[in-house]
Amino acid sequence: MNLAPSISPRKPGWHEHPLRNWLGLLPFFAFILFFLIIPSLNLFSGAFVNRSGDFTLGNMAVFRNPNVIKAYLTSLQVSFLTAAIGGLFGFFVAYAVTIGNAPRWMRSVIMTFSGLAANFGGVPLAFAFIATLGRTGFITAILKGICFPGAEGGTVCPFNPYDNGFSLYSLNGLVLAYTYFQFPLMVLTITPALEGLKKEWREASANLGASPWQYWRDVALPVLAPSILGATLLLFGNSFGAYATAQALTGGSIPLVTIFIGQQIRGDVLGNPNEGYALSLGMVVIMAVTIVAYSALQRQAARWMKS
Amino acid sequence: MNAKRINWWAIFWGALAILYFFLPMYGTLDFSLRMKRGEISLLAYEIVFADPRFWEGFRYSTLMALMTIVISVLVFVPTVYWMHLKVPQARPVVEIITILPFIIPPIVYVFGLIRTFSRPPLQMTLSPITTDLLIVTGYVVISMPYMFRAVDVGMRAIDVRSLTEAAQSLGSNWFQVLAHVIVPNLRIAILSGALICFATVMGELILASFLVRPALGPYMQLLGLTKAYEPAALAIISYALTWFSLGLIQLVSRSGTAQQLTGR
Repeated sequence: MNLAPSISPRKPGWHEHPLRNWLGLLPFFAFILFFLIIPSLNLFSGAFVNRSGDFTLGNMAVFRNPNVIKAYLTSLQVSFLTAAIGGLFGFFVAYAVTIGNAPRWMRSVIMTFSGLAANFGGVPLAFAFIATLGRTGFITAILKGICFPGAEGGTVCPFNPYDNGFSLYSLNGLVLAYTYFQFPLMVLTITPALEGLKKEWREASANLGASPWQYWRDVALPVLAPSILGATLLLFGNSFGAYATAQALTGGSIPLVTIFIGQQIRGDVLGNPNEGYALSLGMVVIMAVTIVAYSALQRQAARWMKS
Repeated sequence: MNAKRINWWAIFWGALAILYFFLPMYGTLDFSLRMKRGEISLLAYEIVFADPRFWEGFRYSTLMALMTIVISVLVFVPTVYWMHLKVPQARPVVEIITILPFIIPPIVYVFGLIRTFSRPPLQMTLSPITTDLLIVTGYVVISMPYMFRAVDVGMRAIDVRSLTEAAQSLGSNWFQVLAHVIVPNLRIAILSGALICFATVMGELILASFLVRPALGPYMQLLGLTKAYEPAALAIISYALTWFSLGLIQLVSRSGTAQQLTGR
């Protein structure tokens, strides 16, 4: 629909210079430069200088600090667990609302609440789980109340979770709470991929004598693999950067990297602020790898779905 | 083959998801109503609503959310418009920038803000007003992925070029094109972006807490350390706020599928 092809052969002046159009984006780039790029670079450059401002790689010694190693391992563990549990659970739920033909009302409830719950985190989420599975939470109370007459006239209440090694204020509890926003995020990201599975593939494999199991193993799952892996990475990053829920739930007693960085900001727990910057840089490196891999896999999945 | 057969496997996972959604909500609601021993009461809510610090936090967070929305709209609508109209080749760069807040977690981001703006030449953390300004820009950055996406999706749904050319041929300047033609056509996209901003800012803890401003998030955290029933009531209030704004998005975006006001 280009009605005005350039007829005049004259050289383009500044008015038509292609770079001129980029000037319109200048306010945006300036805003981002000031309030995102400079603060980030300022932080990361701090990781490579010592207290008097000279270049050094000495701050990387922070990654040999046992407390820091423990924090990274705990964060990775929580992120891995919630990505795996939330991813698997979310996948089955997404399956139920797409291919699984769950009742229509169920479908709309799940899709609506996934959009809401995936955005629900922070302090209120911690409160909600404390009221539900905390020491006096209502599910805890129900489980506690299941009692049987035991030997010698006493009663046994075998289902009290707090007698069975469970605690909401531990790593397990944190994983349960994170799952509340993790599995809905999986539902939201994987549903388009499941909807993209073509009916013809299933019919074709059925005609060729494949069982449903064979169809899933040899056709559907390989096609879905990049989407599933990508979505799981997204969940991983989502959990790795989380702070508020863990802080409110455990009061900082679980040593996550984010909690550690928070303590470093409030007071110099490492004894050297530049080591704190190195710690943050390490976190951003892991996040960057995760998110870049996620978007690469998403593009791959989109290409497969089109063909 | 037999489409009417009930798929129990799907029902099982669907039911489990619904239980996971609702049990914690039910638990919180139940807990928040049991402050008086042996009876159901709204006492916990009454205490929260009678606490001036709650209202201070509520007022402060609402104000910050409104400022965030205004600045976001002022920054992103012209940018996305210009990108669609004149520099589509800028899209990859702009898209990478808009997902940076996912890569830099808020806790690291606030660390960077403090390191940069708590010392000369750009010392902003000394007075409350400049700190608030810093927080608002931080919120604009944190909610950028959502706001950008909302506006971008809305802009795709309208014919930016034709609308612009039509308005210009009638003598509009750039400001008039944006304010009277583009923005009215984007009202649903802008509204849903604004509501996500609102939900994000109202529940935000990290920036407000580390820059020590009286927002709702830090108030909630403090209450959680010292009280039992009031936090449950607050969680319900916060649920209501978030879900009200996010539910509204689903409502407006469903009702507004045919977006362009003027004929295409």
